[in-house]
Amino acid sequence: FSRAAFVEVLDATTKEQLCFLDKVDPHSTIGDIKSLFYKSYPQWYPARQALRLDTRGKSLRDDEILQNLPVGTTATMYFKDLGPQLGWTTVFFAEYIGALLTYLVFFFRVPYIYSHTYALTSSPHPVVTLACVCHTFHYVKRLMETIFVHRFSHGTMPLRTIVKNCAYYWGFSAWLAYYINHPLYTPPSYGELQVKYALFTFAMCEIGNLSIHMSLSNLRTDGFRVRRFPTPTKNPFTWLFFFVSCPNYTYEVGAWLSFTVMTQCLPVAIYTLFGFIQMTIWAKVKHRAYIREFKDYPSVRTAIIPLIL
Amino acid sequence: MSAAAQGTSKAAHGDVAPKKKKGPGALATAYLVIYNVVMTAGWLVIAVGLVRAYLARGSYHGLYYSIEKPLKFFQTGALLEILHCAVGIVPSSVVLTGFQVMSRVFLTWAVTHSVREVQSEDSVLLFVTAWTVTEIIRYSFYTFSLLNHLPYLIKWARYTFFIVLYPMGVSGELLTIYAALPYVQKTGLYSVTLPNKYNFSFDYYSFLILVMISYIPLFPQLYFHMMRQRKKVLGHTDDYSKVE
Repeated sequence: FSRAAFVEVLDATTKEQLCFLDKVDPHSTIGDIKSLFYKSYPQWYPARQALRLDTRGKSLRDDEILQNLPVGTTATMYFKDLGPQLGWTTVFFAEYIGALLTYLVFFFRVPYIYSHTYALTSSPHPVVTLACVCHTFHYVKRLMETIFVHRFSHGTMPLRTIVKNCAYYWGFSAWLAYYINHPLYTPPSYGELQVKYALFTFAMCEIGNLSIHMSLSNLRTDGFRVRRFPTPTKNPFTWLFFFVSCPNYTYEVGAWLSFTVMTQCLPVAIYTLFGFIQMTIWAKVKHRAYIREFKDYPSVRTAIIPLIL
Repeated sequence: MSAAAQGTSKAAHGDVAPKKKKGPGALATAYLVIYNVVMTAGWLVIAVGLVRAYLARGSYHGLYYSIEKPLKFFQTGALLEILHCAVGIVPSSVVLTGFQVMSRVFLTWAVTHSVREVQSEDSVLLFVTAWTVTEIIRYSFYTFSLLNHLPYLIKWARYTFFIVLYPMGVSGELLTIYAALPYVQKTGLYSVTLPNKYNFSFDYYSFLILVMISYIPLFPQLYFHMMRQRKKVLGHTDDYSKVE
């Protein structure tokens, strides 16, 4: 039987022919096709191309090989522009640096935020300084992880999503920083004891979260085809894998809960709740994906909260 | 007819139309018919109450008081519709329905009920009338649709009356919120100030202003969505039949 040596790319909406490629190696991948298409249309770099065999179907993955597709001598594909894309690293940087700096603007009481008698002063409460250190540490850790730890499967994210995400991170950061650094801030009811315990659990959760990220990263040493599901290692912080599929989210919620108790600030509690809801959704999706892919997936595991959720 | 809807496990006698996705079962359909009939009746009660009060008093003022209780009861009852979507017996988006119902409930309780001084405003009558007519048509539309016997008149009314009722309702709502502002500011209603144990503050006055501003992007979107729906549903006047 003959395999495709010609590729025709049509616009998914108008169906007009955008490009006709001949003498295409049947062993080429979709990624190669996208590079060829990019030559004819330099405004559509490969990351923003979606190629499909069906106008409404799923987009083809970059690593799919042409001759394995259900096509004849000429492969007809439909093109959709995904819009401007940004790399994950860029996305995370924007989100995290924004959140980090926004908080500092309030910590240093930049003029016009609070009453002008307080401009550029610092709060007399030690917990406020501690909170700033913790918040900053949290985002610096995330930035470091973005650079050194995470391995991203999809290369990019659409621009619109970034704007939305940044609004979320920066907005909430501003909202909680406003209250914590306010001249009328009230320190926690149980004083130093409350702050110390919360700081301890915060630190444990941050280390836990980092441990999980590192162990997940180590799963991908063999390229992006992850064939194993994450399991507990010698590091005690990874033992949460006995109970949940996404302990990184569990630890993240734990860290924010600790921060809530540390600052005794309702907006932080609200932010924690929103984060919890979003992460639970993500955890459940991941959990279901694991169960589907691995027949021997441990049945005692839940998605994010041991034995409960 | 055979179980045209694929995937239904129960006998689908009362299915709305043969569709690919699962529709409500017979029990759910019966419940929904009852729900929609009750709501239609409820809003009719409000309509009749308004007319009777107007005839008795001879003026438009202060008619709110004559229908205050049924309005609160039936408008709040609409919260069930969120549940219907969540459970899946109604194929609408939970978020969209939730948003619409919550905005009505907000106006009923957090504005009109809470700020006594606006209850005698004419703007209240404006939105109550708009809501009443809209809901009577909407709930009868659903009732007939569920019974697979939708008179074209109801369909037409549902997709036409909004052209006037929507702006009318929005105007009434905005004017009412605006009227409530000075009282909210003066009394600090629903507001929390610093310092407090939970390091939180909320200014209901500013919040109401934000709500008013949010109408600017939201209202046109909803309005034009209905316009497009109208074109889609009523557009094909050449091949319509009286009953669907």
